[in-house]
Amino acid sequence: MSVVVEQDPALLVVNPRLVPGGQDYHDVTNKISGIIEGEVFKTPMKYWITLSVTGGILVLLGAMLTYLVATGIGVWGNNRPIGWAWDITNFVFWIGIGHAGTLISAILFLFRQKWRTSINRSAEAMTLFAVACAGIFPLFHTGRPWRAYWLFPIWNSDLNLWQNFRSPLIWDVFAVSTYGTVSALFWFTGLIPDLATIRDRATTKVRQWVFGVLALGWRGSARHWRNYEAAYLILAGISTPLVLSVHTIVSFDFAVSVIPGWHTTIFPPYFVAGAIFSGFACVMTLLVIARWSLNLHDLITIKHLENMCKIMLVTGSIVGYAYGTEFFIAWYSGNGYERFTFLNRAFGPYYWAYWTMISCNVLIPQLFWFKRMRTSIPVMFVISITTNIGMWFERFVIIVTSLHRDFLPSSWGYFRPTWVDMCTFTGTIGLFLTLFLLFARFLPMIAMSEVKGVVADEKHKFKGQELVAR
Amino acid sequence: MNTTQGITTSGDFAEIKERLGIGADKVYGVIGAFSEPDELVKAGRKIKEMGYTKLDAMTPFAVHGIDDALGIPYSKIGWIVISIGLCGTATALLLIWWVGAINYPLVIGGKPLFDFTFSIPVTFELTVLFSAFAAVLGMLGLNGLPRLYHPSLRYSHSHRATDDRFLLVIEADDPKFDALQSVEHLKSVGAAAVEVVEG
Repeated sequence: MSVVVEQDPALLVVNPRLVPGGQDYHDVTNKISGIIEGEVFKTPMKYWITLSVTGGILVLLGAMLTYLVATGIGVWGNNRPIGWAWDITNFVFWIGIGHAGTLISAILFLFRQKWRTSINRSAEAMTLFAVACAGIFPLFHTGRPWRAYWLFPIWNSDLNLWQNFRSPLIWDVFAVSTYGTVSALFWFTGLIPDLATIRDRATTKVRQWVFGVLALGWRGSARHWRNYEAAYLILAGISTPLVLSVHTIVSFDFAVSVIPGWHTTIFPPYFVAGAIFSGFACVMTLLVIARWSLNLHDLITIKHLENMCKIMLVTGSIVGYAYGTEFFIAWYSGNGYERFTFLNRAFGPYYWAYWTMISCNVLIPQLFWFKRMRTSIPVMFVISITTNIGMWFERFVIIVTSLHRDFLPSSWGYFRPTWVDMCTFTGTIGLFLTLFLLFARFLPMIAMSEVKGVVADEKHKFKGQELVAR
Repeated sequence: MNTTQGITTSGDFAEIKERLGIGADKVYGVIGAFSEPDELVKAGRKIKEMGYTKLDAMTPFAVHGIDDALGIPYSKIGWIVISIGLCGTATALLLIWWVGAINYPLVIGGKPLFDFTFSIPVTFELTVLFSAFAAVLGMLGLNGLPRLYHPSLRYSHSHRATDDRFLLVIEADDPKFDALQSVEHLKSVGAAAVEVVEG
C-alpha cells in the first residue's frame, strides 16, 4: 500500500474502475452475502422454478444412465467404425469448458489481472461442475461403472494385472482426476475467508453451524494470510501447467493414435486454445445471466465482460488458425489418406457439421473486433452460445469424421446419435445448471475478500478523482 | 468485558482451557480497530517501533505491507510443497517402473518396459496432485486450522475483521505487554474501539 500510483484521467476511459459507484468494503460484503442470506431473492419463485426445470433435466440424466447400465452401451449409437462418438465428444466438450475456470483463477492471477476477482469464483465452480459432467461419459462408456476403480493402479484380485502406462488413456485418467481434485482444493482454499465472512454475519443457527464448520476457524490473522497467500500463489503456479497438461493429454488420446485426422502434432496447443475459448464462452453465458438475475452490475461491469470478449477473440482466432494449419499440413504432407480426410471433413457427408464449426468458432467471434459488439450484452450473450455450439461441433467433427471413413471403403459408416445419446447429453446440461444454480444461491459466488482488495487498491489509484458515472 | 459466562470449570475442561491458554484468569491481549488498510500498516509500524514483538493483525483481506510492519516472517509453505511434490514425482516413477518392468512385465507394441518419456504425463500429474495437497494442508497446518475457538473472538468487534475493519493485536505474551499501557499505545496510534481481551 506504500506506493501510490495516480491514474491519468485520460486513461479512465480505457481503464475504468473495476468496482464502481464508490462501494466500500461493507457494501461488497452486504451485496454478496445478501444473496446467500436470501435478501436478493425478492421473488424467490423465479429461482425455484428454474431450479425445478434444471432438476427435471437432471432426473432425465439419471433415467438415461440407469437405462444404459441396465441394458448395455448398445443403447448409444457408437458402432464400427465409429467406436467413439457422442460420449467422447461430450467428454472433451465438458473438460474444455472447465479450462476457463482454471485459466481465470490461476493464469490471470499470476499475470496480476485484477479484473479476475469478480469472476474467478463462479468460473472455478463452473470448472468443478464441468469436470463432473465430463467424468460421466468415460465412466459409463466402460459399461460397468462400478468397476471404475480398475482405471486406477489399485491392486485387485479380479483383474490380476496392472494398467498399461504406455497408453494415453491411462495418462488421461491421471490428468482428469488430478485436475478435478486440484480444482476442488483451489476453489475451497479461495472460499475459506468468504465462508468466515458468512459465518460472522450468520443470524440463524443452521448458517452459523454450517459456515462455522466450513470456514475451519478462519479469523483473518495476518500470520495466516501470509501462509495463505503463499499457498494460493503456489496453487496458481501449479494449476497453470496443470490446465495446459490436461487438454494436452486429452488431445494425446487422439494424437498418439495413427488415424488420419488425429495423428498430428498441432493437437495439444490447438486443443488447449479451443478449451479456453469454449470455457470463456460458457463463463460469459453464466455471468450474463447471473449479473442480470442477481443485479450484480456493480461488481461484474462491462469492463469485465469486454475483457472476456477480447480473450474469446484471441482464442477463437488461434483456433481458426489451427484449422487452416491442419488443412495446409494435410496437403503439404503429401499423404493421400490425410488429404482425403480433410477434404472429406469439409465436403463429405458431415459437411454441415464442419461449416457449423467454422461459422460459429471462426467467423462469428470476429465481430468482437468492434468495441460496440464487445460492449453489447445481447451480442456477447448470443456469441457465447454460438461459440459453445461451435466448439461442441469441433469435437464432433474431429472425432466422428476421422473415424467414419476407414482405410477400407468396405468399413465405411455413418454415425447417427440415438435418443439415449441425445437425452444423456441434455441430462448433463441439467446436472451442470442445477449445480451452478445451487452454488449461486448457497455459496458466495464472488470472491469478497479479493474484491475488497481491489476496492482498497482503487481508493489509492483514483484518489482525488470524482467517481465515474456508471 | 466478557467473563466465562458462568461455566463451571471442572477437571477435563479446565485442562483443555489450560492447554489452549484460555480462561478468566488469562489475558489474550489488546485489540484496536482501523477502518483502512494503510492506517493499519502505519499504526503497526509505529507500534513495532515502540518495541513490541508479539503482534498480529486481523483483516478481511490480505493487507500487503503488514507482514513487514509487524515483523511476520516469510511463509515456510514453499519448503513443504517442494518436498511433498518431489515425493509425488518419486511415487509416480517407482509405480510405473515397478508395475511395468518388475511386477508384470508385458511387451506392448514393442515398446520398452520402462522409460522416462512415456512416464512424463503421469509423473507430472502426481507431482502436481501431491503438491496441491501439500499446499492446502500445509497452509492449514501452519495456521493451526481447523480450530473451534480462539480468544481473539472475545473482542467485541472481531466479527468485523471478516467484513470491513482492520484489527491490530498486541498479544499478552509480549514481554513489553502491560494491559493499561498497551491500550494507551494503541489509542495513540489512532486505533478505535480498543479493548483488553480476556483469554
